[in-house]
Amino acid sequence: MFRTLTLSAVAAFGLATAGLAAGAYDTHIEDFDFSFEGPFGTYDQNQLQRGLQVYTEVCAACHGLKFVPIRSLAEEGGPSLPADQVRAYAENFEVFDPELDDFRPARPSDHFPASGLENAPDLSLMAKARAGFHGPYGLGINQFFKGIGGPEYIASLLTGYTGEEKEEAGVILYENKAFPGGWISMAPPLYGEDVEYADGHENDLHHISEDVSAFLMWTAEPKMMARKQAGFAGVLLLTLLSVLLYLTNKRLWAPVKGKDIG
Amino acid sequence: MAGIPHDHYEPKSGGEKWLHSRLPIVGLMYDTLMIPTPKNLNWMWIWGIVLTFVLVLQIVTGIVLVMHYTPHVDLAFSSVEHIMRNVNGGYMLRYMHQNGASLFFVAVYAHILRGLYYGSYKSPREITWIIGMLIYLMMMGTAFMGYVLPWGQMSFWGATVITGLFGAIPFIGEALQTWLLGGPAVDNATLNRFFSLHYLLPFVILGLVVVHIWAFHTTGNNNPTGVEVRRTSKEEAEKDTLPFWPYFVIKDLFALAVILAVFFAVVGFMPNYLGHPDNYIEANPLATPAHIVPEWYFLPFYAILRAFDDTVWAVQFASFITGGIIDAKFFGVLAMFGSIAVMALVPWLDTSSVRSARYRPMLKWWFWLFVVNFFVLMWVGAMPAEGIYPIIALIGSAYWFAYFLIILPLLGVIEKPVAQPATIEEDFTSHYPKSSDATPAE
Repeated sequence: MFRTLTLSAVAAFGLATAGLAAGAYDTHIEDFDFSFEGPFGTYDQNQLQRGLQVYTEVCAACHGLKFVPIRSLAEEGGPSLPADQVRAYAENFEVFDPELDDFRPARPSDHFPASGLENAPDLSLMAKARAGFHGPYGLGINQFFKGIGGPEYIASLLTGYTGEEKEEAGVILYENKAFPGGWISMAPPLYGEDVEYADGHENDLHHISEDVSAFLMWTAEPKMMARKQAGFAGVLLLTLLSVLLYLTNKRLWAPVKGKDIG
Repeated sequence: MAGIPHDHYEPKSGGEKWLHSRLPIVGLMYDTLMIPTPKNLNWMWIWGIVLTFVLVLQIVTGIVLVMHYTPHVDLAFSSVEHIMRNVNGGYMLRYMHQNGASLFFVAVYAHILRGLYYGSYKSPREITWIIGMLIYLMMMGTAFMGYVLPWGQMSFWGATVITGLFGAIPFIGEALQTWLLGGPAVDNATLNRFFSLHYLLPFVILGLVVVHIWAFHTTGNNNPTGVEVRRTSKEEAEKDTLPFWPYFVIKDLFALAVILAVFFAVVGFMPNYLGHPDNYIEANPLATPAHIVPEWYFLPFYAILRAFDDTVWAVQFASFITGGIIDAKFFGVLAMFGSIAVMALVPWLDTSSVRSARYRPMLKWWFWLFVVNFFVLMWVGAMPAEGIYPIIALIGSAYWFAYFLIILPLLGVIEKPVAQPATIEEDFTSHYPKSSDATPAE
């Protein structure tokens, strides 16, 4: 009888955590197919490197990644750049050093700079700070299968411009199908073929949006692959332990319950 | 210890006797572990162990997290990111602590509902129930303050909304709120005191858990029949019970392992499913989120809080007779705390002489409706307060109070319970018929 309770509890979490900011806007989030989805999904190292290139050449002009140490580009489970490339990459950025009381080229131990433009939000955690999926019927249960949809939201936003513009209180707003409310103050940042990939990967709008979204998922959750491995080991060991304890328990109680010991 | 007769620890060797006459600690541990436990306990009696384990898990992960966390408005958010990125295994510590809170509440709700179904609160176990309610209240306080510590948007705005409830108290509210916050608004002083109390309260809970266990070890466990263990002789008691070790320790550990496997799947594969995306945005006092929603485990009470607005006649009536001292906001606060107060008073509100709902044909239905209502309130608590949702919340809140204040007192009078088994042994042998000649394995 309490089994029903457990089931309804599981269902209720779905209801309760539905990210109910869904609200009245009729936004459209495309369900991109990322390599890191699902319990066994992993980051695609090449895609992260391409995404880093898009971020560096386009997004970094306005948006920062202040929580991300540059050295983590060399870490396993990320873009995994060689150490000398990370050092060379760091020198792209200038950081303020309070000891020198002056700016100097960044080192791998520094973080990425913060946003250069005041109204541009920091992107370090953006992929976890937006929920793309709320359905069905605002219940959020599809998050079980798709994840909360942060990278999908980012990619949909980048590809979601309709080309319409309007001016409101001296600010130009651009219509966007993914943005809550439908009008965003960021001008379309990507048009396709904005960057030239060294590996010859396709660079149309859809692909570069996908790549930079994957990269931003990594900046938000750099330890995702290690976490999934730990989770998998935990589930495996605890399942094994459960089986052993089940058999022990059965054997222990058999005489009490008048059953034969098998 | 009074209660069920059983064998006590006898020191045998010289060394044991030496220790026992000075500090009877081995005897205490023996009596605690070997306590006679009703042998018909079902799988709903496993949540106590789960709760004890989660309390320890939260304390251990919490202590390590504190080694890396900085309670300051400018540094708290980035110190959590430091834990997630730079501390060895920090992402697991943090996600386990974060989801551990959810597991804690899953277990405590199951534990409380089990108590309500099988009448575990009834005489002589009222003290156990009251202590349990105190633990639950402290858990809620601890969880709320812990949620503020990462200093995300929901942390900040949740703290602002909830401490604002105290501001609704007439006359002293505003001063009280300022005193709680340490200033006119949620700020560094608030973060620091919440951090301090978030560290303190779990140890208070730990102390209360010891008292909780002490209390029910004095009265003995309730069981699914609600029929007491026979206590006239040790022989009779042994027909109804089995020692806690090894029978229930192994059973509980099995259940714990299964639950932890599910827990690890959540932590490993979808650690943010129960969280809110807005809490990955650093707190900003100048930008209010579109919807401020508490964590899932507070939603039923959040729904009760919001259910009472100016249009409800009970609110208008209360406002009229108190000359406006009780307004809609204060009424909501009273209703929210009242909903827990009536639950705490259930030992005296339930008038039936029968403990277990198994033998109470009418209560069964009302109880399951109560459970459904709990989830409906949870769902409606997450919805915006517009359209049909406030009406659903109001009906749900009314049922919550009616269950404790009308249905339980009345059922004891009008309900005809069905026959209960005379003994626990009778219940057990009806499930396992061949057990009459068996002796417990040693």
